[in-house]
Amino acid sequence: MENNDKLLVRLKKEGGFKNMKKNFMLKSLILILVFSMALIGCAQESEPGEKPEEPTDEPLENEVKVGMVTDVGGVNDNSFNQSAWEGLERLKRAGGDVNYIESQGEGDFEPNLNEFVNGGWDLTWGIGFLMGDAIKAIAEQNPESNFGIIDAVVDAPNVVSTVFKEHEGSYLVGVVAAMTTKSNKIGFVGGMDIPVIKKFETGFLEGVKAVNPDIDVKVEYTGSFTDAGLGKASAATMYDNGVDVIFHAAGGVGDGVFGEASERSGVWVIGVDKDQSITFGDEITLTSMMKYVDEAVYQVSRDYAEGNFKGGIRELGLAENGVGLPDENPNISEEVMNAVNEYKEKIINGEIVVPSGIE
Amino acid sequence: MKTLSRWLLRESVIIPLISVFAGLIIGAIIMMFGGYNPFEAYQALFNKAFGNIYGIGETIRTITPLIFTGLAVAFAFRTGLFNIGAEGQFIMGSLAAAYVGIMLDLPAIIHMPLAVIVGGIVGGLWGGIAGFLKASRGVHEVITTIMLNWIALYLSNYLIRTHLLEKGQQKSETLAQSSWLSFSFLTDLFNNARIHFGFLIAILCAIVFYVILQKMKQGYELRSVGLNPHAAEYAGINVKSNIIKAMVISGMFAGLGGAVEVLGVTHNVTILPAFQGYGFDGIAVALLGGNAAFGSVVGAFLLGTLTFGATGMKLGAGVPFEIINIVIALVIYFVASRLIFKRLMNALNVNKQEEQ
Repeated sequence: MENNDKLLVRLKKEGGFKNMKKNFMLKSLILILVFSMALIGCAQESEPGEKPEEPTDEPLENEVKVGMVTDVGGVNDNSFNQSAWEGLERLKRAGGDVNYIESQGEGDFEPNLNEFVNGGWDLTWGIGFLMGDAIKAIAEQNPESNFGIIDAVVDAPNVVSTVFKEHEGSYLVGVVAAMTTKSNKIGFVGGMDIPVIKKFETGFLEGVKAVNPDIDVKVEYTGSFTDAGLGKASAATMYDNGVDVIFHAAGGVGDGVFGEASERSGVWVIGVDKDQSITFGDEITLTSMMKYVDEAVYQVSRDYAEGNFKGGIRELGLAENGVGLPDENPNISEEVMNAVNEYKEKIINGEIVVPSGIE
Repeated sequence: MKTLSRWLLRESVIIPLISVFAGLIIGAIIMMFGGYNPFEAYQALFNKAFGNIYGIGETIRTITPLIFTGLAVAFAFRTGLFNIGAEGQFIMGSLAAAYVGIMLDLPAIIHMPLAVIVGGIVGGLWGGIAGFLKASRGVHEVITTIMLNWIALYLSNYLIRTHLLEKGQQKSETLAQSSWLSFSFLTDLFNNARIHFGFLIAILCAIVFYVILQKMKQGYELRSVGLNPHAAEYAGINVKSNIIKAMVISGMFAGLGGAVEVLGVTHNVTILPAFQGYGFDGIAVALLGGNAAFGSVVGAFLLGTLTFGATGMKLGAGVPFEIINIVIALVIYFVASRLIFKRLMNALNVNKQEEQ
């Protein structure tokens, strides 16, 4: 013990500890630097290519600053957060000033919205049903600022609530699924059991029933919008039971449904929100139930810039081009497409009223 | 002055300080390579967190639950237990507090304290399960607490769905206002930031932590068990009962955190698709704070400020959120490598001795 102490004193005098520590620190510093540089190098090389044929709009006359707060999905969720951001990027090309904040958890919603409000942004978007309460609270605290929300109804004069008639679009993909299935078994994978997703399910079931009431539709809710593993598990169970077409309305969970389908043959997935055949390929993507969130976000933001902002509910269905099938559907035969168009006409002129499943 | 400088030079203080600065500096270097201005970025971070009264209020709101879970992990660690279950204990605490807040109708003077206390007790019991299993059957607490996290998550989701659900929503009804820890005079003072009195409870818990461990006979026993259970047993300390006690107290801190978050901030409980991460952040906080009471408060302060200020960096300087995660990871890395330094020195020490 004594020996040890003496050694310590000697070492301290000679600065042995210090030198050793310094060396170690220096080496690790250099290592970290090298690694970080290498990583940054990679990142710059793999920058994604330019997207083809973006719509070009008339430049805006007034300056406008529009911000959006995503829910926990983030702007690269291959789903509505991403779609909303694409709408704002389109506004940017027309001369608007846009930015986004990704929420890390539900507690972030309010401060993130406030970040835009206090920063003097003209219009602030909250993307998704889960942000309803936060938008309501902040809109009431800041009656002078303006807000938009997707998929929820917030009753305040300074909020535009944009909701979609998902049941109408889902009805059409239901028709496609019913006319495509060979086993007469179809699946529906939902995210959380919330009213918006209920609308997808109800419309889809109605569409299937309109074509063939004997088809067996299996419905499953995963309880998540982000855990792709759950989607893969649900899809595997369904496909194993003879289902050959699955419609998912589950955000990131749907990635797992596509993943499972890609490992099998002779099965289809119907995508949601965006044309998901772009991401997952035409081999497994039958079609997609498009929800034109980008269009809605763009239109409302542009209205604001042109001085036509009005709070209230905007409901977009087939007639308003808010939902529908993608422009190109290589996997849908002409016969099916004609049937789809017929149903579409009937829904638009009110001959068929698709129930939404919620009061 | 002399005592202050001596205190600052203590190893337990100086190494975290160096780690934080090293993390920030390397983060700055990475930002520079990415083409961002680090000075602008850190300034934006600071402004977001402390630039106005709203920011200060929200920063405190972010820090509060981290103090609780940090204390929970630190307390268990000091008694030789690795409580990864703070997450589950936190969830159970919020669930219990929500039950009291929604189901009971009481005057505020009883309702609010009752909800807080019940949240703490349920969190404590949840932690106690792991303690009991370890004491009676020798099941390692890392395994049980991880599993209990999942049980808590799905149990909470199930109970919310069946008992507390607000129609058509993925969350419970709003708690009765008599149970809230947030008051309009306080939120008005902070420009509508959701600051609440849970912060004071957190500080109180840190004091309780210190008193139990350092000033009480019970704390001496707990620490002895942590340092060497065999020696403690030889000295006549009941190791098993101390393990259970340690997990109960640790769980209580986390459970109180959950209760306070519900009563102070959200005023409802949501059906969670995944963990919120308060318990796991608690591990980082405890590590930053050297498993001490005051250290955990400082660790929570640091982690909370960095995460809350990060969104400011995004808007103020265009720096992506990921960068701040790198900085946080670097800081934790450097704090953790304190142990590497120590071991390295010890090993060299022994070698030198042998040579002599």
